[in-house]
Amino acid sequence: MTQQFETVIGLEVHLQLSTKAKIFCGCANVFGSPPNTNVCPVCLGLPGTLPVLNNQALLYAIKVGLALNAEINPFIKFDRKNYYYPDLPKGYQISQYDLPVAKDGFVMIKNEQGPKRVGIKRAHLEEDAGKLMHDNTGNCSLVDYNRTGTPLIEIVTEPDLRSPQEAYDYLNILKLILQYLEVSDCDMEKGSLRCDANVSIRPVGQKEFGTKTELKNMNSFRSVKSALEYEVGRHQQVILSGGKIMQETLLWDDEKGVTAGMRSKEQAHDYRYFPDPDLVPFTIDDKIIDQVRAELPELPQAKLERLIKQYDLSEYDAGVLIMDKAVAYFFEQCCEKYHQPKKIANWLNGAVLKEMNERKTSLGNLKLTPAHLIELIQAVEDGVVSNLAGKEVLTDMLDSGYSAGTIVSQKGLAQVSDDSSLMAIVEEIIHQNPTVVEQIKQGKPSATGFLVGQAMKKSGGKANPKKLNELITRRISNA
Amino acid sequence: MITKKDVQYIAALARVDLPEDKLEGLTKNLTDIVGYVKQLQKLDLKDIKPTSHAVPLTDALRKDIVKPSLSNAQALSLAPQAKDGCFKVPLVIE
Repeated sequence: MTQQFETVIGLEVHLQLSTKAKIFCGCANVFGSPPNTNVCPVCLGLPGTLPVLNNQALLYAIKVGLALNAEINPFIKFDRKNYYYPDLPKGYQISQYDLPVAKDGFVMIKNEQGPKRVGIKRAHLEEDAGKLMHDNTGNCSLVDYNRTGTPLIEIVTEPDLRSPQEAYDYLNILKLILQYLEVSDCDMEKGSLRCDANVSIRPVGQKEFGTKTELKNMNSFRSVKSALEYEVGRHQQVILSGGKIMQETLLWDDEKGVTAGMRSKEQAHDYRYFPDPDLVPFTIDDKIIDQVRAELPELPQAKLERLIKQYDLSEYDAGVLIMDKAVAYFFEQCCEKYHQPKKIANWLNGAVLKEMNERKTSLGNLKLTPAHLIELIQAVEDGVVSNLAGKEVLTDMLDSGYSAGTIVSQKGLAQVSDDSSLMAIVEEIIHQNPTVVEQIKQGKPSATGFLVGQAMKKSGGKANPKKLNELITRRISNA
Repeated sequence: MITKKDVQYIAALARVDLPEDKLEGLTKNLTDIVGYVKQLQKLDLKDIKPTSHAVPLTDALRKDIVKPSLSNAQALSLAPQAKDGCFKVPLVIE
């Protein structure tokens, strides 16, 4: 008999907040500076220094809490999480234990059964640790404390996720919400967004959770999914062969595609949390909450529903547009001036998105204005340029920043539609293809397409294909 | 009751090298201290709010303004060992 298991997953996401200064001192919160140049006595943990909370970090944390439908604690405090590791100059990390900024929220995802609520247990503020590098001689480690004191918000789910796929979907939706909030660049490659996972399995129907393992070192959402898939398989194998899962922290090895135990000794963590005497508690009153709530942007799900309704878009088109807040905004700006939402969406989700991907850049960095894009779409719609040439014009527009009209006349891309110019080509093609002309005469109109293609080639792609079709059909039937 | 094992565990967490001959005395001291605080358990504290901080202050905040940091040389001047602009520490492997 095969035993059926249910997977139980909980995720912890660490997000660096993009404040100007660090969370407890005035050092710049920037990525990529030379080592140990954004450090001061406070973030180096020198004796006698006092941390003071950055107001903006607190406001960002409240914003995240509200966007995750969480309850904001009216009274919060900071606690020390004690452990020794060289990336932590003080021997403790300032975090929040029992009174986090936000608790009891949720994020909606979708699975095969429909919408599903993923509980957010808590979201709390803490400081990031420094960066450890291993020296190439292999006999010492080097520490850069620039990252120390970068504000982090840790977002912890309830153990509500039931498959690696659900975990993956949750992460993508969460990231999109966080991007909309503009509180972080959410760049996993720079480490601005990091994810740890807790996973266990239990026989279907059992209420108690199985023993969990904690997975770290996944540097993309795809590797979170792969690590979870691997670990679920490992749990099943161990349990089915009569073994027991040990509660431990495992590191994901992306290259080998396996999880492995950590070699460090301090596995059983005893963090001895206690209130940080250096930081007084904070009160978050309704006035602050209302003020932050008023600044919340329209969130992805609400935007999706509105775009579908307001512009009569398909769920697919609207879904692609909202994947990038800037693109969705650009779309609406275009729609104000040109009332063809479907056509605008097609261009943005097709050609423009392709250009963004090929250039590995964001819409904001492309030299494109709504007015220029509309001019281009109109030129294609009016038959001034062919659809194909239109895409070429777009590429040129982005390279040069010129308008569509300028590029069309400069490069001679305008579609030739006047009868006299096209008729000469038509005559030539008909003369060169007597067999095809005969086929058409004998009732095979589909062969016309071949002649149109030949004529297009002859015109260097500039002829208006619709017009050519007309002329060829007329010319043959009149012959 | 604090046991010798508790004391050894706490010493290990705190990275304190605890000589064997001090263990007995420290265990007694710690037992006495915890016993002293234990007196609180005799009191009825159900209407007392938990103390989050000894100082009756809240909301000490700073503005999000960047201030000058130390120079790399200043920062590393405190390090017992440094290399390539970094603090040099014994090898840590994970």
